[in-house]
Amino acid sequence: MKKRYRTRIIIDKLVSVFAIVCIVAAIVPLTSILIEVVKNGAGVLSFEFLTASQGSIGSGEGGIGPAIQGTLIVVGLASIIATPIGVLTGIYLSEFAGNGIFPSAVRFLNDMLTGLPSIVIGIVGYVTIVLAIGSFSVWAGALALSIIMIPIVVRVTEETLKIVPHSLREGGYALGISKAKITMNIVLTTAKSGVLTGIVLGIARIAGETAPLIMTILGTSLFFSTLTGPVDALPLRIWRLASQPYESAHAFGWGAALVLILMVLGLNIGLRLLAYKRGFTIRTEV
Amino acid sequence: MREQEREVGKPLESTTEKYKVIIKDINGWFGNKQALRNVSLNIKEKTVAAFIGPSGCGKTTLIRCLNRMHEMTPGARVEGQVIVDGEDIYDKSVDPVVVKRRVGMVFQKPNPFPTMSIFDNVAAGLKLNGIKDKKLISEVVEEALNGAALWDEVKDELGKAGMSLSGGQQQRLCIARALALQPEVLLMDEPTSALDPIASSKIEELVRKLKEHVTIIIVTHNMQQAARISDSTSFMYLGEMIEYGPTNQIFKNPEKELTERYISGIFG
Repeated sequence: MKKRYRTRIIIDKLVSVFAIVCIVAAIVPLTSILIEVVKNGAGVLSFEFLTASQGSIGSGEGGIGPAIQGTLIVVGLASIIATPIGVLTGIYLSEFAGNGIFPSAVRFLNDMLTGLPSIVIGIVGYVTIVLAIGSFSVWAGALALSIIMIPIVVRVTEETLKIVPHSLREGGYALGISKAKITMNIVLTTAKSGVLTGIVLGIARIAGETAPLIMTILGTSLFFSTLTGPVDALPLRIWRLASQPYESAHAFGWGAALVLILMVLGLNIGLRLLAYKRGFTIRTEV
Repeated sequence: MREQEREVGKPLESTTEKYKVIIKDINGWFGNKQALRNVSLNIKEKTVAAFIGPSGCGKTTLIRCLNRMHEMTPGARVEGQVIVDGEDIYDKSVDPVVVKRRVGMVFQKPNPFPTMSIFDNVAAGLKLNGIKDKKLISEVVEEALNGAALWDEVKDELGKAGMSLSGGQQQRLCIARALALQPEVLLMDEPTSALDPIASSKIEELVRKLKEHVTIIIVTHNMQQAARISDSTSFMYLGEMIEYGPTNQIFKNPEKELTERYISGIFG
């Protein structure tokens, strides 16, 4: 009996140590990336860097203003397209669809879409919009990014709504409230923090996408002028700066990476604060 | 056997008193499993009717047939008639959503809406059914909270979350929420099984008070509770109505041996 007890303690300790080792293994690369980005990128941050357009190549002058502006526009447009479609599809799957063939097919295709390489989605934007209007454009980029974001929002919305206890829906039914109102005013409001989490996750994901943007918005060193023309974006700018042979360009690239990270972080913290003020919490896990 | 049960289900005495709820030959299924077999009984207006019986006897299914809640479970089905105040709620012309406004329901576990305040919980049935008159809503909320004996405890903190109340208060909040729609019949599915004895006795007291205005049908596991608060009691077993009568008679002098054995605690 005593021996069995001792083995139990040893196994318990071993599992704890293994778990800690795994945590360290997960955190080390992440923090080292962060430290590296801050170390190399913080130096170039300035008001000019954030607002000005690029100076002549290799001069180390100007900034990444157009890229920040472009990211805000393209990602903003994409999330305006993807959020209603994603949330409503999630609501449909969780509340109205049941387990028939059609909803199962939708779920399956949605999961497929999540796993689709983003370059392929870039090609979709290229073929449907860029070729059609004959120009790289903001719309094409927003479309491509929204296609990446939709399945994430769908999945998280469906899963969160399913966690809402059935007794709340029954409480609503018992008051003679229609299913649509129960869904919107009781189920969705109860699950809103989870749904918001899905949207934040989706935005964070598309803010860092590069490949689909090459085929859709192309990138430019100028500020935004029209929705049907090319525009710049942070991931694209980072990629282009990194492939230039100048020290100053590399430094700008690090700076742009830091700005992108800070923007996603800012969005996350901002929504959390907003949520905290309103009295609900945001989870960051799926 | 079947004939006898129908006898039991027939009017108890031929008085001129009005029956508020008439249940006629209700059969209920979950998929292929039959949960209710030819249940019939009549319930007088402004009385408390208790359904008792061992777990799985169909008493919850029966009560859920009385506001058309049963059929909302996937695969569930009902046949028969339930006449509330002269109207068959299973008639094709009746909207099952509207039935639920006439026949209120309180559940086993208190289920206040977690994102809503105390006030909004009670007002939910009005607001979400399209009533916008704010003055009317606040009057009804006060009246309903009074009706549920909760007003004095919460009148200064109506804006607080419904979930911040204790379990017993939450259940009374759910009763107030149901009362706000001024239902003719109130169904209570084991309303005290998740509460402590003091909170339970408050609910029982409330039920006695409420029957002055509403017809109450209560499912309970607790036989003493049925004996204390109900005017009539039905004993159910394996989906059948075994015996139905005035509570006194069922508890003191049951006709069927099965009822007697259940009430004296020999099985159950």
